[in-house]
Amino acid sequence: MVELRLYLAQRISAVIMAPLVLVHLGVMIYAIQGGVSADEILARTRGSLLWGGFYGLFVIAAAVHAAIGLRNILSEWLHLRGLLLSGLCWLIGFALLAAGLRAVAAVVGGS
Amino acid sequence: MQVSDHIQVKVWRGDASGGSFAEFEVPQQPAQTVLDVVTWIQRHADSSLSYRFACRVGMCGSCAMMVNGIPRWTCRTHVNKVLQDNHLTIEPLRNLPVIKDLACDMSEFFDKWKRAEGQFSGTQTRAQAVAAISPGEPARRAANAAIECINCAICYAACDVVNWNPDYLGPAALNRAWSLQNDSRDRRHGERLQAVSADGGCLSCHSQQGCASYCPNELNPTASIAGLKKMAAGAFMKKKYRDRHG
Repeated sequence: MVELRLYLAQRISAVIMAPLVLVHLGVMIYAIQGGVSADEILARTRGSLLWGGFYGLFVIAAAVHAAIGLRNILSEWLHLRGLLLSGLCWLIGFALLAAGLRAVAAVVGGS
Repeated sequence: MQVSDHIQVKVWRGDASGGSFAEFEVPQQPAQTVLDVVTWIQRHADSSLSYRFACRVGMCGSCAMMVNGIPRWTCRTHVNKVLQDNHLTIEPLRNLPVIKDLACDMSEFFDKWKRAEGQFSGTQTRAQAVAAISPGEPARRAANAAIECINCAICYAACDVVNWNPDYLGPAALNRAWSLQNDSRDRRHGERLQAVSADGGCLSCHSQQGCASYCPNELNPTASIAGLKKMAAGAFMKKKYRDRHG
């Protein structure tokens, strides 16, 4: 049953990420047309619930998706099993989540 | 097409503990199959060569070997179709333990078939009338699409996931499970779905389609496995919903 839960979590996180990636790339290409500075970006993102929510969700989905994907690779290529495999998978997931949420906080929070 | 009088053949010789290639020069014949080549070597060059075959017409599935790195039925492979610079390399099937030379131990292949609940379990006795099944029903069509497998293990040899994960059930066993999941006369759909969605089951498939590319019967085990994944995910969601809403 664990396998099935992981399988579904990875598919659902992919479905969440697909439109987010498109919006992320689209906005980036659109916003950069006339040249844009870090200050201009921060002026738009700071205090914005919308961008905070958007990238917060992105980070959560990416952490879930990548951790499960790497779990499969670690299991197939390095033949890791059991606690070591699960432990590494959780560690990778939390590391990605922490790094991502820290970046979101830096872009959205502050003054 | 007669390229030369003789072909150069490298045949893997050895057992589970290891081995190496032996080289033979085999006279070329018109319409010669790879199985003919192996048979010629055993009869005329080295009678100690071990290999397996039975029907010679692509029905039994026992003569599969790696021919120039690709899994094939040797009885249905013409030499002139696969010859590379007048050379042939013949090895035992990949992903299976070797017994001797070109003969593999198929035990794990069939054990996995059983682990995937590959046996049919009927609901009726012989005293009852034959079940009426419309050939046009979507489930019957799905079962029919997967049913022509003769368990030659070519898909199993072609599969990289089997190579990486020895617990993986493999394309043939899962394809068989899919045909039974679509058979309305079978009564073990629930047990089988659990068996094939456990660790090493259908969810491990990467959809690389090596199985479908090399299946001599042109079956598509990848599609069968995708069907099982969908069925397992659907059953899981339905169960969650039922548990929550009664």
